[in-house]
Amino acid sequence: MAVISSIALLVTEYRGSQLNALRMSLSYVVDPLKYAVDLPSSLVNRASESLGSYATLIKENSDLRDEQLIRQTQLLKLEALEKENVRLRALLENSFKLGEQVLIAELLSINTVPYEHILVVNKGTHFGVHPHQPVLDANGVVGQVFRALPLTSEIMLITDPNHAIPVQINRNGLLTIAVGSGQLNQLNLPFLPSNADVRPGDLLITSGLGGTFPQGYPVGVIDEFTTEPNKLSAGITATPKSLLDRNRELMIIWSNSTPVPLISKPNNTEPTTTNTHAPADE
Amino acid sequence: MNKTIWFCQVTLTVIVAMCLRIAPWSGSWELFNPDWVLLTLIYWSIALPERVGIFHAWAIGLLTDVLTGQLFGQHALAYSLVIYACLKLHKRLRQYSFVQQGFFVFCGLLLSQLLFFFIKNLRNPAELNADFWLPVLAGTVCWPLLCVLLRCFHLSKQTDIEHR
Repeated sequence: MAVISSIALLVTEYRGSQLNALRMSLSYVVDPLKYAVDLPSSLVNRASESLGSYATLIKENSDLRDEQLIRQTQLLKLEALEKENVRLRALLENSFKLGEQVLIAELLSINTVPYEHILVVNKGTHFGVHPHQPVLDANGVVGQVFRALPLTSEIMLITDPNHAIPVQINRNGLLTIAVGSGQLNQLNLPFLPSNADVRPGDLLITSGLGGTFPQGYPVGVIDEFTTEPNKLSAGITATPKSLLDRNRELMIIWSNSTPVPLISKPNNTEPTTTNTHAPADE
Repeated sequence: MNKTIWFCQVTLTVIVAMCLRIAPWSGSWELFNPDWVLLTLIYWSIALPERVGIFHAWAIGLLTDVLTGQLFGQHALAYSLVIYACLKLHKRLRQYSFVQQGFFVFCGLLLSQLLFFFIKNLRNPAELNADFWLPVLAGTVCWPLLCVLLRCFHLSKQTDIEHR
């Protein structure tokens, strides 16, 4: 009986996703365990925070304020650049996606399966998380939401052997796909020919093709490699930008699926350009 | 009264085993993390064969599937098969020494790991290295310790009510 029913379950889940509701309801029973297991490490974190001395806290605070000032000034420029980009794209008759909403999720320090690169975070469908959402950290792309449960969600890292992410080389716009290698510090680029224009140190950014990841986020940096002329494809690898095994806070992104409307009429774009540029030029 | 006590005991130990299953182990120790839930279930099926049945094993397996985010039913299948063997052989297993029991537990863990291996390969044929089989060995090594611990826990409550 049990054998037959479990085989039936296996087959149904393997074929499709009809069992999501069952998994969701069962996860209410099991998810508190994940929080329970995470409790010791989060307690240690909190204790070290509250036991930090006054001087270190003051120092950290001033450092953070400096950093924020620098970031703020960079953001001022970014806004102008963004507007300019939209205008330029309007001239090229091209739409541009802007505006992303961010949810900060905290990692639960638990280990589900040792052979897959899957993390569990403390935000689930109650916060509106849904599968295939991109996940970032402060340095770059981390992965995507693999399965969203009510209280937690599972995130597949870009280094998982079953994960592939469409990327672009920032220097020249060459499009390719980065596949996970199964090691936390390596991505493979198997679809590049050996004569491709790639140099060590090139930055890989998301290309936005495929629709899962928004365009323009850093993914990794090309490693040192030696080209072998007798092979068809160069075995090029890259190191992920994000600290996949070290960060505790991750950002889940809602990319705005409706593109910013085109400023279609040329007489409509001209006043805005003159308006914004006039003070800067003179 | 007696019924609630054994139920609480089994539930508590299974919950602890599930926590151990997903506990973060530092560095390479996580490769050795044995299947605590199955070990606990084996103990209870030998100790209380009339209470812990295949259906319990199946339900706990299902919960473990959700817990570890695996394909639905693979833990359920493996656990119910292993527990079936345990229930069939529980009289003989009770007479065995730790070494002989350890051999049986090794076979059980190996069977479940083989099933996981088969299902994993069916889904996405990825190369798995020899580390995949380490939890089986670690589980066998942990068995006597776990058995003694669970027996202490089991009998400490049991002797007051029922003289087994």
